[in-house]
Amino acid sequence: MSQSLSEKELENTLDAPESPGGALAEAVRAYFGRVRGGDVGPLPAILGLVVLLAVFSGLQGNTFTNSFNFANLLIQSAPVIVIAMGIVFVLLIGEIDLSAGWTAGVAGATLGVVCTNHGWPWYLGVVACLATGAAVGLINGLLVAWVGIPSFVVTLAAYLALQGLLLKIIGEGGTIRIQSQTILDVMAKNLPVWLGWVLFVVVVGLYALVTFRQMATRRARGLVTQAPVVWLVKLVCLTLLLGICTYYLSGERSRNPALTSIKGIPIVIPVVLVLLVGFTMLLTRTLFGRHVYAVGGNAEAARRAGINVPRIRLLCFVICSMIAAGAGVLLASRVNSVTPTTGGGETLLYAVGAAVIGGTSLFGGKGRPVDAIIGGLVIAVVANGMGLLNKSAAVVYMVTGVVLLIAAGVDALSRRRAAASGRA
Amino acid sequence: MTTTTTEAGRAPSATEGPLLELRGVNKSFGAVQVLHDVSLTARLGHVTALVGDNGAGKSTLIKGIAGIHAFDGGEYLFEGHPVHVASPRQANALGIEVVYQDLALCDNLDIVENLYLGREALTAGLLDELTMEERAAETLAGLSVRTVKSVRQKVASLSGGQRQTVAIARAVLWNSKLVILDEPTAALGVAQTEQVLQLVRRLAESGLAVILISHNMTEVLRVADEIAVLYLGRMTAQVKAKDVNHNQVVTLITGGSLVEEGGHVEVTGPTDDIDTGPQADGRPAAAPPAAATEPEEQP
Repeated sequence: MSQSLSEKELENTLDAPESPGGALAEAVRAYFGRVRGGDVGPLPAILGLVVLLAVFSGLQGNTFTNSFNFANLLIQSAPVIVIAMGIVFVLLIGEIDLSAGWTAGVAGATLGVVCTNHGWPWYLGVVACLATGAAVGLINGLLVAWVGIPSFVVTLAAYLALQGLLLKIIGEGGTIRIQSQTILDVMAKNLPVWLGWVLFVVVVGLYALVTFRQMATRRARGLVTQAPVVWLVKLVCLTLLLGICTYYLSGERSRNPALTSIKGIPIVIPVVLVLLVGFTMLLTRTLFGRHVYAVGGNAEAARRAGINVPRIRLLCFVICSMIAAGAGVLLASRVNSVTPTTGGGETLLYAVGAAVIGGTSLFGGKGRPVDAIIGGLVIAVVANGMGLLNKSAAVVYMVTGVVLLIAAGVDALSRRRAAASGRA
Repeated sequence: MTTTTTEAGRAPSATEGPLLELRGVNKSFGAVQVLHDVSLTARLGHVTALVGDNGAGKSTLIKGIAGIHAFDGGEYLFEGHPVHVASPRQANALGIEVVYQDLALCDNLDIVENLYLGREALTAGLLDELTMEERAAETLAGLSVRTVKSVRQKVASLSGGQRQTVAIARAVLWNSKLVILDEPTAALGVAQTEQVLQLVRRLAESGLAVILISHNMTEVLRVADEIAVLYLGRMTAQVKAKDVNHNQVVTLITGGSLVEEGGHVEVTGPTDDIDTGPQADGRPAAAPPAAATEPEEQP
C-alpha cells in the first residue's frame, strides 16, 4: 500500500535532469573511493557472510539451507547480537566491557528470582532485570569515568565478581526455571504468517517513506542529496532481501507438520529490529549520540567543546549493561531456565567479536548498531555451519578465532589507510 | 589611522576604543612570575600580531584572555568595560574564541559536525542537521573558502590548511568578536599558509578583532596591523606594522629596543624597557623567569 504511494512520488523526481545511469555510476564510484580511502564500513563482513553462506550451502546443501536451520540460526544468534549492540556503545568511546556476558546472566537470574520465586508478572520482572543491568553499568561507569581505572581492569573485575554473584543467587548446580509464557514465547514462538507479511510491508514502506522525505527535504532546501535512482536501488535491494527472508520463514519448517506446525517469522526478529532502529536513532539523531562519537574520536576536543566527557562515558557503560540485561531475558527464554553458566563461556567474546567483525573499531569513534547484527550473523553462521559439518567444537573455536583476527586486521589496516589518505 | 578599510559585516564600534584592552596584567605560577605588567589592545577590524621568543609568555597571555587561567592582577577591559573572565565559557559568552595549535577537531566527524560540536542545533529534541548544514556552508562561503568539496566530508580526509580553516570557521560561527589564532600556519606548506593568511586578513576585514600568534616575521608583517612584542614576560612594544621592518621586530623580540630613527615609531608598553638607549642593555634587571632560550644580542 505504502509502496505504491512512494512509487508514484518517485516518478516525479525521476524527471531530474541528470541521467539515472550516470548518477548511479557516480554513487558507485564515490562508494569505492571511500572504501579505497580506508572507510570500509561493514563491507568485509558482508562479503564474508556471503562467502560463508555459499561455502556451507555447497558443502552441506540441504541441512544448512533448509528453512528450519535458517530460523534456528537467527534465533541462536539473537542474544549475542543484542549484547554486541551494547558493546558497540562502549567500543565507540574507545573502552571495553568484558563483564557484559555475566551481566546478562545475573540479570536473567534476577528475572528468574522475581518471576518464578516471588511470582511477579513478567513485565515487572523485565524492569527488575534492566535495573540490575543499570546498576552494574553504573558501577563500571563510575569507576572508569570518575575514578579513572582502565575499563579493561574494571570490567575484568566485574566479570569475576558477577560470575560469583550469579553462582550465589542460583546456588551451585542449581537452576531457576522460567515459567512466564510471555518470556518463553520470545525465543520459541513465531508470528503468524500474515502478520509477518504485514511487518514486511510496514518496514519496507516506512524505510521508503522516511528516506524519500529526507531526500525531498534536502532537495527542497538546496542541499546535496543522493540521486533518486540510488535511493530506488537501495530500496529495491532492501525489499528483495527482506522479502526473501520473510518468504523463507513463512514456509512450513516442521519435520512433522501433522503434529506441530512451525512457520512464520520468529518473534525475536522484530524485537531485534526495534532495538536496531532505536539505538541507531539514538546514535545518529540525538545530541547524546553525536557526543558519543565526538568523545570516541577526540576526547580532548570534546571536552574543550564543552561536552561533559565523564557523563558520556558513564552513560555508555550504563546503556551497554542495560542492553546486556535485555539479552539476559533472551538467554533465559531460550533454554527456559537460568543456570550458573548463563551468559558465560564464549558469550561475551562472541559479542565483542560480532561488533568488531561488523566493522566497529576497537579504537573508538567508529561503529554502528547494525555492525552487531552483521558480525553476529557471521559468527552464528560459522558456528552453525561447522556444527552441521560435524566439525568438533575445537575446530569451530579455531575458525571463529581466525575470523575475528581477520576482522580486527581489516580494522587496523583500514585505519592506516585512512590516516595515509587523509593527511596526504 | 587604520591600515585597512573595514567594509562589510560588523563595523568597528562607534566609540573607536579598542575591543580588548589589558592594562598591567600579572600572572604567576607559584613563585615564578610569567607576566609582568603586560598591556595589550586589540581593535575591531584589526589583526594584532603577538610575537615573542619561546617562553616569552605568549601562551600564558592568551590563556588568560581565554579564561583558562585568570590573571592575578591588572585590568581586563572588553568593549570598554572591566570584565572578570575566569572560565572559557565566560570568554565565549563575551565573544572571544581561541583556535589552538592542535585545532581540537574530531577526525571521525564531518565538517558540519565539527563546526557545531558542543553547540548543536536541535528541533524537537533531535539534531537539526539541515539547518546546521546550511549555516555551515554559508559560514564557509562567507570566509570565501572554496577548497572544500563537501561540508559532509570527514575531517580526517582534509588537508592541513583545510583543517585549520574548519577550526577558524568554528571560531567565527558564533558571532564572535575576538578570534585568537595560535600559530595557525606552523605546520602548513606554502600554498596552504597563503590560504590561511588570506583567511586571517578576511576575518579582520569582516570586522572582527584578530590576535595572531606567530613566529614568522614575514607573515606577521604581511597580515598584521599592529605588532605586540613580548620579551621575558614583559610587553616591550605594541607598534603599527607599517612603522617597523623585519629587523626591527627581531630586535624587539630578542630583547633589544628600537632606535627612534624616523621619530614616528609609536611605542607603548613599559617605558623602562624602551628608550633607555640604542643598545640591547635595556634588558630587565630582575632575573626573568621561564626563559627557555637565551636571546641573541643584536649588535
